[in-house]
Amino acid sequence: MTGSTRRSERRGTLGTNEVVEVRPGAYHDSVTLMRAGRRLAERPGVSAALTAMATTLNVDLLAEMGFTPPPGARPDDLLVAIRADDEAALESARATVDELLATRTAPRAFGAPPPPRTTGSAARRIDATVALISVPGPYVFAEAMDALEAGLNPMIFSDNVPVEHELALKETAARRGLLVMGPDCGTAVIGGVGLGFANVVRPGRIGLVAASGTGAQQVMSLLDEAGAGISHVLGVGGRDLSAEISGRSTLQALRALDADPATDLIVVVSKPPAPEVGDLIRSAARRLATPVRLGLLGEGGGDLTAVAEDALNTVGAPLPEWPSWTPAARAHPPRRGRIRGLFAGGTLCEEASIVAGSTPHEMTDLGDDRYTRGRAHPMIDPTLRLERLAAETARDANAVVLIDVVLGHGADPDPAAALVPLIRDARVPVVVSLCGTSGDPQGRDRQAWALAGAGAAVFASNAAAARHAAALAEGS
Amino acid sequence: MRGRDDDGAGLGGLLTREVRVVAAGASVLTDALAEQAVPVESVEWRPPDGDLAADLAVVTGDRRLPEANAEAVRRMLGARPHLVDVRPAGEVLGIERGAFLHAGPPLAWDRASGPMRGALIGAALFEGLADTPEDAERLLRAAPLEPCHHHRAVGPMAGVVSPSMWMFVVEDAESGGTAYCSLNEGLGKVLRYGAYGPEVIERLRWMAGDLGPRLRDAVRAHGPVDLRAIMAQALHMGDELHNRNRAATSLFVRELAGDLAEAGGARALRFAAGNDHFFLNLAMAAGKVSADAARGVPGSSMVVAMARNGTDFGVQVSGTGDRWFTGPAGVPDGLYLGSYGPADANPDIGDSTITETTGVGGFAMAAAPAIVRFIGGEVPDALAATQRMYEITLAEHPAFQVPILDFRGTPAGIDVTKVVRTGLLPVVNTGIAGRVAGTGQVGAGLVSPPAEVFAQAVHALAEQATITP
Repeated sequence: MTGSTRRSERRGTLGTNEVVEVRPGAYHDSVTLMRAGRRLAERPGVSAALTAMATTLNVDLLAEMGFTPPPGARPDDLLVAIRADDEAALESARATVDELLATRTAPRAFGAPPPPRTTGSAARRIDATVALISVPGPYVFAEAMDALEAGLNPMIFSDNVPVEHELALKETAARRGLLVMGPDCGTAVIGGVGLGFANVVRPGRIGLVAASGTGAQQVMSLLDEAGAGISHVLGVGGRDLSAEISGRSTLQALRALDADPATDLIVVVSKPPAPEVGDLIRSAARRLATPVRLGLLGEGGGDLTAVAEDALNTVGAPLPEWPSWTPAARAHPPRRGRIRGLFAGGTLCEEASIVAGSTPHEMTDLGDDRYTRGRAHPMIDPTLRLERLAAETARDANAVVLIDVVLGHGADPDPAAALVPLIRDARVPVVVSLCGTSGDPQGRDRQAWALAGAGAAVFASNAAAARHAAALAEGS
Repeated sequence: MRGRDDDGAGLGGLLTREVRVVAAGASVLTDALAEQAVPVESVEWRPPDGDLAADLAVVTGDRRLPEANAEAVRRMLGARPHLVDVRPAGEVLGIERGAFLHAGPPLAWDRASGPMRGALIGAALFEGLADTPEDAERLLRAAPLEPCHHHRAVGPMAGVVSPSMWMFVVEDAESGGTAYCSLNEGLGKVLRYGAYGPEVIERLRWMAGDLGPRLRDAVRAHGPVDLRAIMAQALHMGDELHNRNRAATSLFVRELAGDLAEAGGARALRFAAGNDHFFLNLAMAAGKVSADAARGVPGSSMVVAMARNGTDFGVQVSGTGDRWFTGPAGVPDGLYLGSYGPADANPDIGDSTITETTGVGGFAMAAAPAIVRFIGGEVPDALAATQRMYEITLAEHPAFQVPILDFRGTPAGIDVTKVVRTGLLPVVNTGIAGRVAGTGQVGAGLVSPPAEVFAQAVHALAEQATITP
């Protein structure tokens, strides 16, 4: 029933704590009405109640119950009559009539309804807080708008989302007090639940805001290794700190983590933002009660390991020695040349490039839009990278091949299995940056030993892996 | 709808509530959630046909859209249609002698199908404008033809209306709007299926001379008849109000029987009681007045008319005014009477899709298991058809319920963006007319609108969308 219907249709006669309403044309079946009447009568303070169609029989029944039958009621009118001990009980009973008549449960007897076909439809079936969207980029917008309209925070895993779509989504989210994570957001951890690609980290007091998925995975894995825990990781998407998007999600995420009692320190993990956006973030961070550290890759020579170390220093935690696993015997004598990097993680690729510095290198991010159009991300489908790895480890032009292996939820259940034979057959040294935690389903140490056993040098710190590769390429 | 005010903690409780997820897209990500025992509702997402991503983004990003659609569907579902009078078309529709209305989007004689031409010929003969079908045809080539929908009216099948025919006058007690529909002639050789033989004309004369006036007298004596109440009850009694109107007809006749008898309408009473589809035209007028209440909401993507003229299938959308989006009418898939077969079938015809437009007909198929086999299906198909329509509609009808779905409201308010996004087309129950003028009904079945009409509507909405505040 619409509000206006109610206004115009109800004729109430208020006696001493009783009411008889007539609602013309509001048909309900008799079982629904009897149930509603019984539920009303069971309410504390209600002494009598009837909800029924105004048939002659029911009008007589109403009179027998001591109510004054309304004049002119017709059989297709709905009668609602309530008598209560006091006015409060009467009013509260009245207020539940619509709810009682409207109560529907999901149909059980005749099978489940067909699966939802839109995010909006799914959102009506579950009381969710997040919509994880990984449909092709051009189609993301409508699904994400559905999520926002239903009060859900979209996490957009997809890339190839037009920037104007991103802007419109983030403006809508701001109006609704929600957060758009993404687009191109690979990682989030919320209350211990990993969304997208996420490592299993111990719970703790450090919250991350990350414009980079693998950047966040590297930092959270290192913090976990050091014994510091994570409250939440909120992804914001790789373009969020661009001049066009102007940090809309970063600002929203900072406010949310500031308000979160579980978070004592916020670390922003990002590539250097557009200058004016950097100023915006810094000034917003200063206004928060929770301390904020900006972990900006490449700014002032910082790498992700340095970001993790800075966070550990800030909370007063001791710095561990970052684990590495080196092969028992060196299969390949060192020889000067270039580093050939084949990465699944874009930020890990970029970091390796920064760390390699003047050492000759060619780093390829196989998760880049160029390689993922029409195919899955290399963390989901490793085929392309395995082909490249086989080719590059056979080329004399490469002094060393550097790869990343990212563990955690969503990633390959046993990435080492496919890599081991290629590493074993490699004609050049292979260095692996292994991003993961001991809690990850793949088991970081198990993966590390398998890779090292095949002859690779394995590092938990991506920066350390890149430095090791650089040293090999310099002939040491 | 939830949001900032939900729990005071911001982000809809993202950091404070149990993590529960809606997932659309890559199954590997959904599996990763399942491994963590996180409750997930997965969307069965499929890419839309055609190159519509840009248009869809513009329309779904139109800031007016949510409120516009809420307003449109509120108006449509809030309508309280009442039969208030029965009057000649010439008096209420403003059509002159020699002019004709027809079902569906606009149509010229040269594109008209067999049953449409047959019905127009019959109407010309009935009006005394021609003595022979040949004369009528000559006259009709130049006669003014207009859609019923352009006159706040609807007509089943060919939907031909001429000034001397009598119309149900239905008013919406909520909006004050009015809509009209002709009186139902029954089955067999009837004008609406394109028949124009002497018995057809004879029946039309009796309807104009006796049935109409007696119904008028009875309705006036009775007072407004609440059609929504009858329709709500009929859905509980096995009607879906398009192809099955037996319960609604019975309820209506029972309601009016005393007044019809007093008005000297014994023959009218027998006629109405003997025609299981008598109520269809009332359900259609009720649908029309409800859908019209939702017209013209700027930015709304809700369908306010679906109609076929036997050649084209057309839709109109609340936010795009009176513009029709048309495509070729399909041939229904169903069962045929006697020795008729698909080769005898005319493409889809009639304004009766106003029932589906307003949340009954095919959309209420699950309420009418008694007829699913008649249209070539099984009971589970009916349940699936209704449940599928929730994916493309904006609301559940507050008064029209489906008992077998635990009294869930029928899916109502077709959203063209959802049709295009899901590729699910509105399910339409329909009668099948013979393709040769004068044949009459040859069967009944299901038909799908052409997908392109919804794509056109989305494109038109995109062209006029308001993106920036």
